[in-house]
Amino acid sequence: MSDRGLIVGGLVLFLALVTLPLWFNVAAGTTSKLPELTLPEGKDPFGTAEYMRASHMDLLMTWRDEVVRNQERTVVGLDGKTYAKSLTGTCLACHVNRATFCDRCHDYAAVKPTCWECHLEPRPVQRAAQ
Amino acid sequence: MNVLGSLAVASLLAGLGFVGGQAAGLRPVFGTLIPYAAFVTFLLGVSYRILVWMRSPVPFRIPTTCGQQKSLPWIKSSRLENPSSTLGVIGRMALEIGLFRSLFRDTRVELREGPRLAYGEARLLWLGALLFHWSLLFVVLRHLRFFLEPVPAVVNVLASVDSFFQVGAPGLYVTDVVLTGALGYLLLRRLVNPQVRYISLFADYFALFLLLGIAVSGILMRYVVRIDTVAAKQLALGLVTFSPVLPEKVGPLFFVHLFLLSVLAAYFPFSKLMHMGGVFLSPTRNLANTSRMRRHINPWNSPVKVHTYEEWEDEFRDKIKAAGLPLEKE
Repeated sequence: MSDRGLIVGGLVLFLALVTLPLWFNVAAGTTSKLPELTLPEGKDPFGTAEYMRASHMDLLMTWRDEVVRNQERTVVGLDGKTYAKSLTGTCLACHVNRATFCDRCHDYAAVKPTCWECHLEPRPVQRAAQ
Repeated sequence: MNVLGSLAVASLLAGLGFVGGQAAGLRPVFGTLIPYAAFVTFLLGVSYRILVWMRSPVPFRIPTTCGQQKSLPWIKSSRLENPSSTLGVIGRMALEIGLFRSLFRDTRVELREGPRLAYGEARLLWLGALLFHWSLLFVVLRHLRFFLEPVPAVVNVLASVDSFFQVGAPGLYVTDVVLTGALGYLLLRRLVNPQVRYISLFADYFALFLLLGIAVSGILMRYVVRIDTVAAKQLALGLVTFSPVLPEKVGPLFFVHLFLLSVLAAYFPFSKLMHMGGVFLSPTRNLANTSRMRRHINPWNSPVKVHTYEEWEDEFRDKIKAAGLPLEKE
């Protein structure tokens, strides 16, 4: 039949598309290594690493709503200290570098958070001046 | 019975995935062995089905004709409904596969007061099917972010278009909502409409429940019971680079998702889901209507031995003549 070439060609194309991750990652030299983060000293006062990895965005959104809608601007951390509910002022005070902390995982998981459209990224120069 | 049976089987499978994700001894089985086995089954099964279909003979042109066929130049022919050229067939197939044109023609029959039989349009099934299939395509393409590193820009664009409404964080994907809604409609349609319910089989419900299970577990993982996405990607990348890793932190819900997907992939070649490949090979759609332009001869017609009147007359000429009967050829 004259259609055989067409059908086999279509099947081969389909198989090539379905197995795309296999050869794409071979070509890109990808391994299953996790992205490396620069972590600050000490413990996070707002939750375990496990909780933070999965739900930090939920925490930030909850803070945002509480600050913007209820004017609840402070939070008591697990260590008993009071913190301002602030991404730039609190979170990024310890997690100094956005590029080697936030972005590493966000790029890895192809997440594009809208945080940085408004929030400023504290630069090391500014910090030194303070 | 079909509904409850398939729901029970799908729930059992989901439970199995949950247990497999929790028991440390079973995690390599559910996280590595079963996904690989399912993927291989999917590839081999789909190829086998297509190759079997490829070998089935299609000697004659049997397209469904829904319009005027090409005849005399002054009679307007319907190029898409009754294509006579390859180009027309390509157009017809593209509209069929991309927009489900034949489903758009669905009709509804009702017995009204009188009694009087009434026919009407039925577009809901078309709409539901279209929304479901396109959403599923988007969802599958979006999932490439877990399987490719570095993530191509196309996938990022897809994700940002999909989370256009910027509801919450992680951003709500429109396709997640549409996919689940459409699946829910397709399921309800089978349950509510008595005629459709009567002809619905176990396999019809099972595919829907499996897909719903996968969709709901995925949505839960993203918006409700959040999981460590980075660990999930590490597992996925481990699988596709043939160096499987089993991160400790991936929750059991992830294993429900993965196991149901594995079941779907392994079940795919043996089920009605093969319409994905089959739609390309439907002779009622992909053949040009050239039945009257060209003579299509069945290629395996066996030669029939015939004995014509002339031959018969030659054989018995003497006897016919002796009996005084008329002859065609003296």
